[in-house]
Parts: sequence; C-alpha cells; structure tokens
Amino acid sequence: MFPEIGQFSLILSLFFALSLAFLPLIGYRKGNRFLLQSAQPLTFIMSALVLVSFVILSASFLMDDFSVLYVSQNSNSQLPVWYKFSALWGGHEGSLLLWVLVLSGWCSAVAIKVRTLPEDVGPVVLSVLGMICVGFLSFLLFTSSPFARLLPDVPADGGDLNPLLQDFGLIVHPPVLYMGYVGFSVAFAFAVAALITGNLNASWARWVRPWTAAAWAFLTLGITLGSWWAYYELGWGGWWFWDPVENASFMPWLAGTALLHSLAVTEKRGVFKSWTVLLAIFTFSLSLLGAFLVRSGVLTSVHSFAADPTRGMFILALLVVFVGGSLLLYAIRAAEVRSSVSFGATGREAWLLLNNILLTVLTLTVLLGTLYPLIFDALGLGKISVGAPYFNSVFTPIALLLIVFMAVGPLSKWHHTPFNVIFKVCSVAAVVAVLSAGLVVYCYEFGFTVWLSLAVAFWGVCLSFTDWFGKVSAGAKGIIPRARQLPRNYYGMLLAHLGMVVTLVGIVLVSVNSQESMLRLSPGDRARVAGYEFHFDQMEQVKGPNYVASKGQFTAYYANKVVAVLHPEKRFFTTRQQVMTEAALDAGFTRDLYVSLGERLDDSAWGVRIYVKSFVRWIWLGGLMMMAGGLLAALDKRYRKRTRG
Amino acid sequence: MHPVRKKRLLVITVLVLILSAVVGLVMYALQQNINLFFSPSQIVMGEAPRNTNIRAGGMVVKGSVTRHSDTLAVAFDVTDFQHKVTIEYRGILPDLFREGQGIVALGRLNEEGVFEATEVLAKHDEKYMPPEVSEALKNAQSSMDENHASTQSTY
Repeated sequence: MFPEIGQFSLILSLFFALSLAFLPLIGYRKGNRFLLQSAQPLTFIMSALVLVSFVILSASFLMDDFSVLYVSQNSNSQLPVWYKFSALWGGHEGSLLLWVLVLSGWCSAVAIKVRTLPEDVGPVVLSVLGMICVGFLSFLLFTSSPFARLLPDVPADGGDLNPLLQDFGLIVHPPVLYMGYVGFSVAFAFAVAALITGNLNASWARWVRPWTAAAWAFLTLGITLGSWWAYYELGWGGWWFWDPVENASFMPWLAGTALLHSLAVTEKRGVFKSWTVLLAIFTFSLSLLGAFLVRSGVLTSVHSFAADPTRGMFILALLVVFVGGSLLLYAIRAAEVRSSVSFGATGREAWLLLNNILLTVLTLTVLLGTLYPLIFDALGLGKISVGAPYFNSVFTPIALLLIVFMAVGPLSKWHHTPFNVIFKVCSVAAVVAVLSAGLVVYCYEFGFTVWLSLAVAFWGVCLSFTDWFGKVSAGAKGIIPRARQLPRNYYGMLLAHLGMVVTLVGIVLVSVNSQESMLRLSPGDRARVAGYEFHFDQMEQVKGPNYVASKGQFTAYYANKVVAVLHPEKRFFTTRQQVMTEAALDAGFTRDLYVSLGERLDDSAWGVRIYVKSFVRWIWLGGLMMMAGGLLAALDKRYRKRTRG
Repeated sequence: MHPVRKKRLLVITVLVLILSAVVGLVMYALQQNINLFFSPSQIVMGEAPRNTNIRAGGMVVKGSVTRHSDTLAVAFDVTDFQHKVTIEYRGILPDLFREGQGIVALGRLNEEGVFEATEVLAKHDEKYMPPEVSEALKNAQSSMDENHASTQSTY
C-alpha cells in the first residue's frame, strides 16, 4: 500500500513541476502577477511530495519490505540499521530519488529566498528549476521507478547491499556530492533567467554568488569524502584514480571554480558577463554529463551502475534538451548582456581572466581524456583506455601554473595595478619560496619536481599572508580591528587558497615520499617499511552481523617503541558470497600506516600490503579548508541584503 | 596602436601561447598513454605489439592459477574460449579475482608471448563484466559459429 502512495506522490510532484515550469513563465510573458506568484507555493508543494516518497522508500528499507523490487535487490534483513537507510542510495533508482530530493531541496531554498529578488526575476528562476525537475522526475518515473513491486512472489530475504558500500563513507558521500552537483542547477537557472529577462547586472551576480559558492563547497566536500573513502575502503591505498566517474565529478568542480571567480569579476566590475553566463551553463552541463557517464555504462568504471541503454538514452536526451536549449537561448540573447567596461592588462580582472582560461583548459583536458575512449571506439579504431599518466602529465604543469597565478591575483587591484608594485612583492616571495623549497629538497634528497611544487606551495603561502598583512596593516586602526573588518568573503578566499596549497603539498609528498610494499607474510614474520617495523602477530576468525572475517593483528614499532596495533580484515559476506578487504589504518598528521590483507596464499601465509603514506591526510585537510572557504564566502553579510522589502 | 587593440592583441597572444602549449602537451601525453585492448585470440594470432603497454583480458581459466611458493608471483591463463594467453603478475590480486571471472590486465607482451601484467583489474560488482571482455567473448563465439557452419557445409 505505502509504496503505491510513494509512486503516486512522485507522479503528483511531476504535475506540480510541470505547472511550475510553465505557469510563472506565462505570467512573466503576460504580466500576470497571480501566475508569477504561484511559483513559490508550487515549488513548496512539489518538494513536499518528493519528500513524502523519499520517506516512504526509507520506511520500506527500514521495515524490510522485500515486496519492493529495489529494496529486495539492495537490502537484507541482517543488514545493520544505518546501512538499511543508506542502502536507499546504493543503487541506480534510489540514488536518482535522492538526486531529485536534493534538487527539490535546492528549489525550496531558492523559493524561500525568492523575496530578496525582483518580482519578475525570482519566479522565472524557479520556473527554470521546475523544468529541470520535470526532466529528472520523468527520468525517475519512466525509466527507473524505485517503487516497482515483486508481487505476489515476495522473496523471503533481500539480495543485500554491495559490501563495498556498507560503510560510513557511503552514508555521507553521495548526499554531499549530490548537494554539490545539483546545486549548480541553481546557478544555471539564474543564468537562463538572466537570458530570458535580459536582466544581467551587478546585482544579478550578487544573487548568484552565494548559491554558487555553497554548491561549490558541497561538491568540494563530496569529492574529498569520495577520495578519502576510496583510500581506506578499496583496500589498496589509492586516493585518486582518474576514473571516468571521478572525472565526472571533477569536471563540474573545475568549471564551477572558474564560475566562482568570473562571478566575482562580473559583480565587482561588470565585465565577463556573457562569459559568466556561458560558464554557468557549462558547469551544469558537465554535471549532467557526469550523470550520463555514471548511469549509462558507456565507460568502464569502478562506479558503474548496471548498464541500461534506455536510461543512457534518456539522460542523453535530457542533456541535449538542456544544453541545446540554453545554448540556443544564449546565442539569441547574449548580445544584449554584453559588457562594455574595459580593464587594464595588469588589473585583477586580467589575473582572473587567466584563472578562467587555465581552469577551462584543465576542464577540457580532463574531458578529452575521459571521452577519448568513446571517440576512439566510435571511429572504429579499437578499445582503449587512457591511463592515469596522461592525466598526471597534462594536469600537473597547468595546475601548478594556476596556483602560481592564484597567489598573485588577490594582491592586484581592480582595473589597474602598477607593475612594479606587484613585481616588488612577488620577487621577495619568489626568493623565499625558492630557497625554502630548496632547503627541504636538500635535506630530504627529493628531486626537481618536488622542489618545483614545494616552491609553488611556499610562494602561495607567502603571498597569501603578505596580502592579508598588507590589508590589515594599512590605515590608522590597529591590526585586530582591521582584521575583523575584512569581509567573510575575503577570509573565505584566503582559506580556500591556502587549502589548495595544503592539498598540493599532500599530493606531492604522498607521491614521492611514501613507501609501499607488497609482501608474503605468515604470523610471526616481521617486515621493515620506511623505518617502521611491522610484526605480524596473529590471525583469528571473527563473526560480524552479516559476514565472517579473518582478522589479522599487526604491531608497528618505530625505534623499538610500539606505535600502533593494526587489525586488517578480510571479510566474507555470506549473502552475496563476496570477499572484501578492510584495511587497517593508523592515521597521523605527517604519515599514515596502512596495512591490508591480500589473498591467503597457503595454510599460513598471506599476501600483505604495508604502506607508509607520507602526508596523505593533507590532501583531504586542504579539501576541507577549501570547503570551509566556500561556505564562508557563501555566508558573507553582503549577500543577505534585501533588494525589496 | 590603439590601446584597446593592443590589449586585445595581448590577450589573444597569451591565449594562443597557452593553447598551443596545452595542445602539444595533450598530444604527447595521449600518444604515450593510450592502452589498446587485445583479446586472447588477437594476441595468439600475433596482432598485438610486443613490449608496448597494452591491455588484455578474458575469463580466467579454471585451475590455471599457479603461485610461486616464496614470493607473490602468480600466473594464470585467460581465454575467450578460442585461445589462451598466460598472464604473469607479481603482487596482490583484487578481491574479485576468481577463476571463471572476467578480468582485464594492463602490461606488456614479452618475446615468449607471455603477458607480464603490472595491474590486474576485476570490477567491484560481481555481476559486472568488463565490456571489452564481453565483446571479445562475443566475437570469439561468432567466429566459432562461422567455423562450425563452414565445416558443416563441406559435408
């Protein structure tokens, strides 16, 4: 009975989404206030209906209602209760429902804030969001309903959740990632609304900035969580694989970062207007492309859902409609939003333009690497994969260049900055960076690339602090009052830029300073890795709620002192007959100890991975800093001013 | 020159410089890092290049996995049910590696026709079959059918 209500509620919400997509727009054309004002209540009703069906599906999971096909495929009565809840987004149908829920949540958030927008802009924005909802709701209803039943042959128990997904990481990673992905549809809706109404001024950029910053912060956190989860859960200690699906989330992030920066210029200086609109369209399109890559199964990836051509076709159609439609609108209307203000070659605009060029180039290189196998296959040239070395060798130099300029941008002033001022500050920072990086490289005997990367990192830190110090020490008041006066937006930027540097240091050191060994060990054996001595103490059998496991005990010594006792496991999940590696970690600020079990080789010997990962936590620490920076920027007081009573 | 034009020229020059550098970099990197897939039949027929990074894959032949007694070295055969290729690997195999399972390996073919793998991939879903492998199996199947048909017709 309840699943039918869930299904019905989804159908109803599709009707409300349809009305939302059309009525306010008609109201805008006809100048009908009633229709315009219907946007807000329509959004709320649509979102509430989606929430109802989400709650019903969660209830079906929690109550083990295996008459629902999706529940029986992804859950099991033995599953711990929190995994029963998160199993909701463990498969295609449920994760799409989560996607729609997040989308309607963003719509409601915009609807709540709609009063701060001019009377004719807000409803148009909601209307565009309504169109996106129509797209995803019909995708959900027509190709992948999560409420399909298995009647009358109700299975006694479910097929269980993929063991890989029975983990804390899966509880948080998808919702946060979707918050980011889907959040960019708000920026998209604003961009399309600007094209429709022709209203694209500084206040437009001021409305979009906090939404974009918030979506960006969520996406940053989502990617960071995903990387951390892959590191400890996949059992081989990698934190980024350039897997198509990772790239699918990374491309909108790169484009979104560019958007965030070009919005700043559009707000402050009124330039780059049409470029900003185009970027907002691209960012959203890349989110859709990501959804297509993940759910159509066209690319080989660890994340692929079971491939289904109709679903792929449906998203492809959505992609064509949204991207094609918005680009067409752009082609017709962009001339009206062209900016006419000029800017100097050394002003902050120029640095931000450079930032945008580099970020766009990065996005395109990742896009090319991701889609190349598809192009190659379509041309009949054979089945290929593009290896991680492609991405590393292309991405690294451009990203380093980007970080170099990232540090300079904030120092410059809008419109025009005397070149010698920048040169003076930068030359000091350059000397400090080169020498201190040289010192580190000399002491630890690293190579040229490490020196270069560390120099860039130190340069970034030096210039960020120089900039902050310059801002707080100018003027008559003391440093602390002035530091308090600086806007949150500025601190957000500072934090995000420093986060970038921290991540850079993490990436560099983990790739050159880590020691990884794969060994054949039996209980009682010892191994030496990067100065640590690992003793394989024993092996025992343990029983979990829905698995049995072989659990090893390793003691790590450093200078004959016990540093950590590690318990890696090899779990056998009984329902799915599937084996899972559970790595054991001793996390530290400058190093992680990582032990995971491979296969059992004979009666006592095991294949064992022992890694000492240098500075690996910094990668995610930097991600968290960037996220916090994005949130700070989104919460800046300036954005909360009301334009209308 | 007019200052506006001068600035445009500057922007365009910078753009062209960056783009040409990037295009060069991308072309070079793509050339180095494309890994073509070859099925066991293609490898046995000699279609696959030696000593170049390629990918090979198929079903792991039951009973073919042999391990070295002291190290982590392991060897196994993969098949598309037409031909077999031996893959050698030193390291820990993924959790989902099993006899009878479809896998893809990355590595080089040596002079003896043995595939020396640097990486072995088995997907994280036991229902999932790498598309390359399923296609290779399909091709092998259809050529088998053709052979069968042609032998029949001679009678």
